[in-house]
Amino acid sequence: MDVGGPAAQMNGASAPKVTGAQSLVMALEAIGVDTVFGIPGGAILPAYDPLMDSTKVRHILVRHEQGAGHAAEGYASASGRVGVCMATSGPGATNLVTPIADAYMDSVPIVAITGQVPSRSIGTDAFQEADIRGITMPITKHNYLITDAGAIPRAIAEAFHIASTGRPGPVLVDISKDALTAETTFVWPPKFDLPGYRPVARPHGKQIREAARLIRGAHRPVLYVGGGVIRSGASDVLREFLELTQIPVVTTLMARGAVQDSHPLNLGMPGMHGTVAAVTALQKSDLLITLGARFDDRVTGQLSTFAPDAKVIHADIDPAEISKNRVADVPIVGDCKDVITDLITAVRGEQEAGHRGDYEQWRAQVAQWKATFPLGYSAQDDESLSPQYVIERLGAISGPESVFVAGVGQHQMWAAQFVQYERPNSWITSGGLGTMGFSVPAAMGAKVAQPERTVWSIDGDGCFQMTNQELATCVINKIPIKVAIINNSSLGMVRQWQTLFYNERYSNTDLHTSHEQVRVPDFVKLAEAYGCVGLRCESPADVDTTIKAAMEINDLPVVVDFVVHRDAMVWPMVPSGVSNDLIQTARGMTPAWDRED
Amino acid sequence: MSKHTLSVLVENKPGVLTRIAGLFSRRGFNIDSLAVGPTEHPDVSRMTVVVDVEELPLEQVTKQLNKLVEVLKVVELAGTASVQREILLVKVSADLQTRSHIIETAHLFRAKIVDVAAEAVTIEATGNSDKLEALLRILEPFGIKELVQSGMVAIGRGARSITDRSLRSA
Repeated sequence: MDVGGPAAQMNGASAPKVTGAQSLVMALEAIGVDTVFGIPGGAILPAYDPLMDSTKVRHILVRHEQGAGHAAEGYASASGRVGVCMATSGPGATNLVTPIADAYMDSVPIVAITGQVPSRSIGTDAFQEADIRGITMPITKHNYLITDAGAIPRAIAEAFHIASTGRPGPVLVDISKDALTAETTFVWPPKFDLPGYRPVARPHGKQIREAARLIRGAHRPVLYVGGGVIRSGASDVLREFLELTQIPVVTTLMARGAVQDSHPLNLGMPGMHGTVAAVTALQKSDLLITLGARFDDRVTGQLSTFAPDAKVIHADIDPAEISKNRVADVPIVGDCKDVITDLITAVRGEQEAGHRGDYEQWRAQVAQWKATFPLGYSAQDDESLSPQYVIERLGAISGPESVFVAGVGQHQMWAAQFVQYERPNSWITSGGLGTMGFSVPAAMGAKVAQPERTVWSIDGDGCFQMTNQELATCVINKIPIKVAIINNSSLGMVRQWQTLFYNERYSNTDLHTSHEQVRVPDFVKLAEAYGCVGLRCESPADVDTTIKAAMEINDLPVVVDFVVHRDAMVWPMVPSGVSNDLIQTARGMTPAWDRED
Repeated sequence: MSKHTLSVLVENKPGVLTRIAGLFSRRGFNIDSLAVGPTEHPDVSRMTVVVDVEELPLEQVTKQLNKLVEVLKVVELAGTASVQREILLVKVSADLQTRSHIIETAHLFRAKIVDVAAEAVTIEATGNSDKLEALLRILEPFGIKELVQSGMVAIGRGARSITDRSLRSA
């Protein structure tokens, strides 16, 4: 199989003698890798020597391997290309475990390359030995342990192929030190054959026709759009399908931006912190047209009461997702782009034959929900800063061409709610795994992939303290990201749950990063210590000028400490484990549906 | 719960058994028995897995197995359309008085005596689980000193082979 890339064809006879390490770098170059995030160490050292001479591959030295992994994810999510990270054996490799698990949950194509102790030492509890292949088996799409120099190019080619095709995901290649130092020949492209790996691409025609029939007959259909649409680059065809069918759409956390938020039929995000309109439309629907989404518990709430009247069309490239949580009436295995393209043809055919679905009344109803229960928040009386307001202004001033990268928690939900997304890949976050500390390194990776775009890390004070060491990497490598710390001096989402479900007993959620003028650390000073520009904003009147000041700095990373009040909560909310019918728009406030239905 | 027998053809590579065993444990699927061995193709190994699941999780088991890059094919073998065998080695207490009874019992089950000592005999038996359970029930009163049992292996009846079509490279 041809893996592409600009490499000249080299056959065995004329192939140059190289070390395994050189063949690794040559393979990365041949595949077209332009950036590797990593940290050297004992077992991977041989690879770093030829890497120093590569003019095609830029290695960015991070400060923690977790940062390398998330940077690779951010790079991949912003650009759609495979992200690459590199680490040494043992602790270097285990520090990649969190980002690998994160990439696995969110289907991010990354390749992780790790050094391993020499093959004769494997299994002896050697210095810095860890069975990283065994450790990452449950969290990679596939992984390799290579102990033969001659097998390196093929393993790298296979790893990139597997990571980027089918349902994307992380692939780890662990290479023993003796394989890196041994002499071999570099043959490219390597022949590879993966008889057990045949991702289905073309959707089944019969299922498409059946889906079109259900769509025509439905009265309350909803397009339930997930991250698969983003990964498959299917936004354009989805928008065409939306115009054709005029069916209301919800975009999950991983799919924000798949359909422009300004579209009147876009009801926003469903799920635990979804809009009333999105959650309710799913609950009342009679047909879910599920595209690249996976009925995650954060979307469905209590599964048995989720969308009880709906038939389900479920399209996903991964057959194992279909009927995993919710049984599908019409399963379609295929790439979202192909599925939607075929659905357009089928539905257009139906319409031309005079079979047009009538959703007029349904559209009016969801429009009314949308108008009656918009996302909102109440400003504080005491002139303190509302986190939602900061994020809303950030989105508005920086605009839809920017990339917004959030961590995990309250700030993430507000960033998903209050920034208006108009294009795919403008929103990057840790969804499935919920990895605090994702934002700063992922924003760094996104900025490397798309240096012309403004990249905002929207982070919490808790998340920021987990990975902010990558600011050093950003300063030294001239990666001018912007960080907005939504600083409520707390582990805010946990604190919200303590407020709601633990009688306001705030066990271990106070971070002392701004409340009552205690700043440990002082984020502005911290930013300055790293050589970034540090700004602070504490009142609503200063928000716009602060954001604009940050927007004007393009040669250095900027960190803005937005000191917000700590009692803001994320609404709407469906409490954990109950039916989505019990969505609350504020504490104790459940919409009164009886008026309408 | 119901038992299903899956034949899983896999690439003969290091770590494959770990991948499959790990998949079962992390997805919460119960393995009743597992047997692994070579096939007529040197590059391909065959696992016979007996799982105890309902219909819907069984579909999940099959789909998740198929996602493993080194898994070539997963086939469910229905009880009536396949031959299913386990092997049992059991060491039974025996003295001059009981030995002939035990040997007779073994023959009734078409089992073989593979070792004889002054105080014990060792019996080798093959069959499906029901037959082996029945044999053990009969032997129980004599005193079972030790027993070891293989996982089930199974093969479809008739002329068709599940390894024929799927293995283009093997």
